[in-house]
Amino acid sequence: MRKLLLLSIVLITGLVFTGRLFYLQIYDTSFQKLSEGNAVKVIYDYPQRGEVFDRNGKLLVTNQPSYDVMVIPKDVKPLDTLEFCSILKITKEEFIGILNKARVYSPRLPSVVIPQLNKADYAYLSEKMHKYEGFYIQKRSLRDYQVKHSANVLGYIAEVNNPIIEKNPYYQMGDLIGMQGVEKQYEEVLRGVKGVKYIQKDRFNRDIGAYKEGIFDTLPERGKDISLTIDAVLQEYGEALMVNKRGGIVAIEPATGEILSLVTAPNYDPSLLVGRERSKNFTKLWYDTIAKPLFDRGLQGEYPPGSPFKTMTALIGLQEEVIDTKESISCHGGYSYGRGRKLGCHHHYSPLSMVDGIANSCNAYFCTVYRRIIEKYPTPQEGIDNWKRHLSSFGLGNYLGYDLPSGRRGYIPNSDYYNRSYNFPTYKWFATATISNAIGQGEVSLTPMQMANFTTIIANRGWYYKPHIIKNISVVDTIPKIYTEKYNTTIDPRYFEPVVQGMFDVYNHGTAAHIQIPGIEVCGKTGTAENFIRLNGKRMQLTDHSIFVAFAPKDNPKIAIAVFVENGYWGSRWAGRIAGLMIEKYLKGEITRTDMESFVLNGSLEAEYAKPYSGAPFNINK
Amino acid sequence: MASGKGILKFDWLTILLYAALVGIGWMNIYSASLSDSTSGFFDLSQIYTKQLFFIGLSVVLIVFILAIEAKFYERFSSIIYIVSLLSLLGLFVLGKNVNGATSWYALGNFSLQPSEFAKAATALALAKYVSDIQTNVKEFKHQLRTFIIIALPAILIIPQPDPGSALIYIAFIFPLYREGLHFVYLLFGFFAAALFVGTLAAGVIWVAIGVAVIAGIIFLKNRKRRPNITKYVIIVAACIGFAFSVNYIFNNVFEQRHRDRFNIVLGKETDSKGIGYNTNQSEIAIGSGGWTGKGWTQGTQTKGNFVPEQHTDYIFSTVGEEWGFVGSMVVVLLFVFLIVRILHLAERQKNQFSRVYGYGVASILFLHFFVNVGMVTGLFPTVGIPLPFFSYGGSGLWGFTILVFIFVRLDASNYINA
Repeated sequence: MRKLLLLSIVLITGLVFTGRLFYLQIYDTSFQKLSEGNAVKVIYDYPQRGEVFDRNGKLLVTNQPSYDVMVIPKDVKPLDTLEFCSILKITKEEFIGILNKARVYSPRLPSVVIPQLNKADYAYLSEKMHKYEGFYIQKRSLRDYQVKHSANVLGYIAEVNNPIIEKNPYYQMGDLIGMQGVEKQYEEVLRGVKGVKYIQKDRFNRDIGAYKEGIFDTLPERGKDISLTIDAVLQEYGEALMVNKRGGIVAIEPATGEILSLVTAPNYDPSLLVGRERSKNFTKLWYDTIAKPLFDRGLQGEYPPGSPFKTMTALIGLQEEVIDTKESISCHGGYSYGRGRKLGCHHHYSPLSMVDGIANSCNAYFCTVYRRIIEKYPTPQEGIDNWKRHLSSFGLGNYLGYDLPSGRRGYIPNSDYYNRSYNFPTYKWFATATISNAIGQGEVSLTPMQMANFTTIIANRGWYYKPHIIKNISVVDTIPKIYTEKYNTTIDPRYFEPVVQGMFDVYNHGTAAHIQIPGIEVCGKTGTAENFIRLNGKRMQLTDHSIFVAFAPKDNPKIAIAVFVENGYWGSRWAGRIAGLMIEKYLKGEITRTDMESFVLNGSLEAEYAKPYSGAPFNINK
Repeated sequence: MASGKGILKFDWLTILLYAALVGIGWMNIYSASLSDSTSGFFDLSQIYTKQLFFIGLSVVLIVFILAIEAKFYERFSSIIYIVSLLSLLGLFVLGKNVNGATSWYALGNFSLQPSEFAKAATALALAKYVSDIQTNVKEFKHQLRTFIIIALPAILIIPQPDPGSALIYIAFIFPLYREGLHFVYLLFGFFAAALFVGTLAAGVIWVAIGVAVIAGIIFLKNRKRRPNITKYVIIVAACIGFAFSVNYIFNNVFEQRHRDRFNIVLGKETDSKGIGYNTNQSEIAIGSGGWTGKGWTQGTQTKGNFVPEQHTDYIFSTVGEEWGFVGSMVVVLLFVFLIVRILHLAERQKNQFSRVYGYGVASILFLHFFVNVGMVTGLFPTVGIPLPFFSYGGSGLWGFTILVFIFVRLDASNYINA
């Protein structure tokens, strides 16, 4: 017994230690994670973001190095504070404040002293830097915009926020991400893949070399360059034409669906959202809730389409065979529909058939056609839903599927909408209650992009590619497959020709006859849309929107365009002229109608926009 | 003098186990002290080079120890013991203060820690006294003298202060028990320890209630034999009195750092960046090893120096991290084998002196192993004592080498004409 006691205790101890080691090393796996958490640091190596070019290879966006002055507080040695402050262009008090903040954050980790120095300051400072121990210059990469236009197309990059990090584990605090435009849409293409380096730390959190000789490290992968379908020259010209106006221009190449220009006005210089002034500038743009420079009117503005929508009415009428191209309809200064209500029209001869109806934009003609479309069916509900079915095939009333992150659906009402509005079946409603839809007023609303797209469809006589902004990615000539698939509408191609002819007559001797561009056959349609706003609870009517859609040349069209100018009065006054100039610029590369150009460039609607906010009574349509 | 033939009579298994532990120990010291600014392998300022130098000197020591006649150790044990006590006393005058403890003599670049050699000296003195024909450990007078032999060095070590090293002298209760000390001493010690821990963990009131209830149950079970009720009352009162005094000592005599260490092990505090930092980091390091570890010199915790004192008291955490469960088990088994081997050899000694000494060696090694690995794996409170053959330090290595090889020499004398 006495011989066995210590022996037993030794053996039991061996067993206890075995159990304890098994628990620590095998059973409880939480220690592995704890170990990695406190001994291995991950640092990222950020690749160059891809560059952005226009359709002709002109560089739009590249990168610029940016230099941050950093400090590690514990390494700071006594220095000539006054001299250093004068180099950094800050006061001594600011400098001491920054240094204290950095020390509170961490004495061992780097903090930013001065973010984003410009190149000149950097060059000067880098010579002197060795004198200031504990301070160093950190190079980063920022966007460098080569152009002053296209801010709405290009978008911007900014630091990721918490919701993004939670959703997408790729991003870490301080990473940059595309927030709007193509920067957001093609984020994963442009950003590349960041490299990872694992660094072994000691207990003071100092780096002591690569973790496991770097076998887990990866190299960064440079972001891919992309080319846009945008024509930089046309885009810049469009933005110039829209100065002091509000609205949007969308131009599409009908044969491909490529967006040639996407203008919104007012806009801003993309360089405003880069560098030290970024957040100040962004706040200023964000809080301009009247002019809304961050609002892309070309994609997000939902407007009554006005008379250009009559082309839709005509096409649906022909397809539904409720009218043919020969039948003439009389107009007695408007369209009367029950109990003395009348939708007015302007002066033109009467009666007229389809081509002239489009050329003269006769309200009575299209109200008649629209009513027949609806009343072809036993109930107005079926009629409306059938009408909407045709419009949906043009991509109206829904997202078009283009490759930009912002946009609206527009609105095409269906039977449910009117049933709700009129409290059906308690009260009935009929085609006449929706008659304004015939001429693009009433409940219908479209974005300029959607107007450009239906113009494209007319130009193509019945088909389209989804509009898109991506021309190619990197050197590989690939774009997403959905942009190379042809879409057809519900309208038979043969019905498009009379509408094209009508739009050609608009230009030749109709409502846009004064916009003559020598040598180019333009097909267009003017629009003048009534509009209302609610300001301080008071509904008021503003000057009509000026609208013009067009394509050119008539045969084998190269450009389809929709121009929308808020409160520009009649269609050909502003929108028509701007569309004409854009077409000429794109097709000829130069402007022969310099009279028209100077009118537009010098014209301003700012006085018009100020009216409702002046508080004083005002007149419209003057 | 051992003849050429006699060399074969040394217990080569013990020597082999010793060599394996020292070798593996050095590999781990190398890993734990490897810095990124290595200036060359034979740079004497590096910890692992110094340890290699200590190991070399150990071999010289071993040759000397084995060359001396076995009788020498028995005959001179008293003198060795007295010299050892004097060396401990001398520290109060000539000692060098390192990290708040005056445990070293400075000899040029190196330091000697006499408390590491005192263990072997005490084991020799104890063996000498107990094996004396006139000594009977069952007699109280002799028990008291034995106790003084063991306690003297411990008393001199405590004020250095080095309570960990002093604690090790408790190990000598095992050889005494082997030689006939009453079991009650062991039981009493164990019961006191249980009450001590119980009081700290559960509080005085619960311990008092628990003791009373257990005593009541035993009393009721034995009531047919008419037990003496006053005896029970006295024992219960003594237990409760002990619990109260533990509470008093803990709160009034112990320093805060001692209280903290106990509280961590008892799970009362889990402050990972504060007091329990060492143990916590050590557990993380060992736990991150998994089955086979991260590989030699690949331990992230070891490289990052997260575990303080890793090349000395916490060296086992390097084993756990870099060699994993498999490597840790190899080390645990090597220690168990070595201790069991020494016990086995002790039992087969012909003279009592060798047997008592052998038991002393096994007990000392065991207690170091038990307390150190228990501490590093978070089973026991932090007590600063080294892991034999593993922890960095010349004095420690030499102390253990002398301890083990005197026994190897004594064992061989059974076959060699001494």
